[in-house]
Amino acid sequence: MPLIKDGTIVPDSWRTVADDAPLPPSDPVIISFARWQKDRDALAGRNGQLGIRLSSAQSPALIADDLHRFQLVALEFPKFTDGRAYSYARLLRERHGFKGELRAVGNVLRDQFLFMHRCGFDSFEVANERSARGWAAALQAISRAYQPAAEAGPSAKPLRWSLSAR
Amino acid sequence: MYRYDTFDHTFVRERVRQFREQVQRRLSGELSEDEFRPLRLTNGLYLQLHAYMLRVAIPYGTMSPTQLRALAAIARRYDRGYGHFTTRQNIQYNWPTLSDVPDILEDLAAVEMHAIQTSGNAIRNVTADPFAGAVADEIDDSRIYAEIIRQWSTLHPEFSFLPRKFKIAVTASPRDRTALRFHDIGVALTRLDDGDIGFDVMVGGGQGRTPMVAKTIRKGLPKQHLLSYLEAILRVYNQLGRRDNAFKARIKILVHETGIEKFTALVEEEWAHIKDGALTLPEAEIARIKAFFAPPAYESLEPLPLAYIEKRRADTAFDRWVRQNVVAHKQAGYAIVNISLKPDGGIPGDATAEQMEVVADLGEQFSYDEIRVTYEQNLVLPDVRLTDLYQVWEALKAAALESPNVGLISDIISCPGLDYCNLANARSIPIAQRISRRFADLKRQHDIGELKIKISGCINACGHHHAGHIGILGVDRKGEEYYQITLGGSGDENASIGKIIGPAFSSAQVVDAVETLVDTYLGLRDGDERFLDTYRRVGEKPFKERLYATH
Repeated sequence: MPLIKDGTIVPDSWRTVADDAPLPPSDPVIISFARWQKDRDALAGRNGQLGIRLSSAQSPALIADDLHRFQLVALEFPKFTDGRAYSYARLLRERHGFKGELRAVGNVLRDQFLFMHRCGFDSFEVANERSARGWAAALQAISRAYQPAAEAGPSAKPLRWSLSAR
Repeated sequence: MYRYDTFDHTFVRERVRQFREQVQRRLSGELSEDEFRPLRLTNGLYLQLHAYMLRVAIPYGTMSPTQLRALAAIARRYDRGYGHFTTRQNIQYNWPTLSDVPDILEDLAAVEMHAIQTSGNAIRNVTADPFAGAVADEIDDSRIYAEIIRQWSTLHPEFSFLPRKFKIAVTASPRDRTALRFHDIGVALTRLDDGDIGFDVMVGGGQGRTPMVAKTIRKGLPKQHLLSYLEAILRVYNQLGRRDNAFKARIKILVHETGIEKFTALVEEEWAHIKDGALTLPEAEIARIKAFFAPPAYESLEPLPLAYIEKRRADTAFDRWVRQNVVAHKQAGYAIVNISLKPDGGIPGDATAEQMEVVADLGEQFSYDEIRVTYEQNLVLPDVRLTDLYQVWEALKAAALESPNVGLISDIISCPGLDYCNLANARSIPIAQRISRRFADLKRQHDIGELKIKISGCINACGHHHAGHIGILGVDRKGEEYYQITLGGSGDENASIGKIIGPAFSSAQVVDAVETLVDTYLGLRDGDERFLDTYRRVGEKPFKERLYATH
């Protein structure tokens, strides 16, 4: 599945590791929340970058106190109609101040890119090549917004928000 | 009324272009129907029983003559010469083709309209009081805040894939003309202790298979916090609303299962984080929107001009229409005119292109360029001089729009039912037509007085049967259409949910059953009690006894 980061298709430097598979000592890995719960203390001494993948039923509030341990958080869209992760993304960025990579995974399609981007996602594991090729067009389709979202700074105003600076 | 600026024009045009391109991808097969469905739905396009149906937003039911003429032109050019006004103050076209829809949206954009979020699991078109600005008892014009909510909710990136659809209504009068308490969120303007405007916020109302009256979640919310408070409610709902069962996905179920106290605590906790953030409404922004709804330049008129009084004396049909369809205005010498879309034996809410044009002309000539749509599927001219009423009435008469039946037994809300809708179990429109014909005698209708009949063709309750004084619900019984009757529902400020009176009636029996209920009421009525008042006073027993003794 193609990965989009900073607006271009890039190779994925992260590896998602199954719960029962051994962890490589220093490569960047993404683990599940279940594994995090189990190996939390043991992982403290590990050198490599750590990412965590949350299902759409797992609120980031579950890892809020440990966020400094993660360089990546992946949020699942099991179906594109399951919109919980939009709220999770905004909470991670705006409430918990997460600065690392925020990745959309699962049924990630072209017509949701703009919404995801506005909620704070900055990398996208796209469901298919065709969708990935539509990235730029999808982001440029609408240049105005009526509401501030994750991109809003402290000076943001309600109702009139230009996305053209993106 | 609200006018688009460059920002709004750019936004809507981009949205049309985006949808045109999405339609292209669907027609070329790049998008599957499954992938296309949510895209067309957030642009108001349904796939119905026989064809596509396009639902166009009329924000809070306010439109200009230019807009109404454009709606008429669309009906003529892309549809079959008529449109259907809905219980959400929208208009539906029943026969557009998919490839025409981008052109229709472009025609709409040219007159500052769109079909964004008229369906799909997003925040729907915001509704408000159809008499806003024209009634004496309102705190402020409810459309100011409805417009602010409309803008905030439009393509909200966080709330475009909610568990289920989400409906918000705004009212500013003690008399509720929006069915506020049957909305996911009801916003009622209130006067705060310091004299400023605030809101009482209600949450978790709705109809469908689990009807609920909304509960108050916050009283006296200061106006600058309107959007942050709504965002807090939506954020809690988006995360916790049920997604495992579409029938339990509305916020009413979440509020009910969580309990209002706990739900309120969750919202308040979320709100505490965001309440003074980027969504805080600056006074200047409210003032900017408010300016669009400044009252028209009313003239100083005689409160009761002699010519008008004489016309009423001389023409009893005109007098009857005034008594039933015309409502007091805040400004001396003016009136609010209800235009009934419920002619004898007609289809509730339907209007032909020609009728729309007549109403547009009347709005332009006699009502300061404004027309409104009510959730009860009628139209309104909000600002008509009493001295112009006769001329308005004659023009309406020439267009078969003069039915003097607003609020009466033939002013029926009906969903499209099995004639159009693929969810329906039974037809609704023919029942409405038959009741309307049975009670065609106007003298009898006026004698019966206010009686709200609401008909739904399935449990989704688009026809508001739960809120009908008499509610009728179509059910399927072994392939045959049957109709369950509920009594005592009300969509007004004293909202209540109707109670099922007994076993359902066949299509052949149901109109007789309604007549029996009406006759029972007339026998029990005390003074000028409405049907609903009598029912509330005496309870269901006498109605039930008569109904099931005679059938």
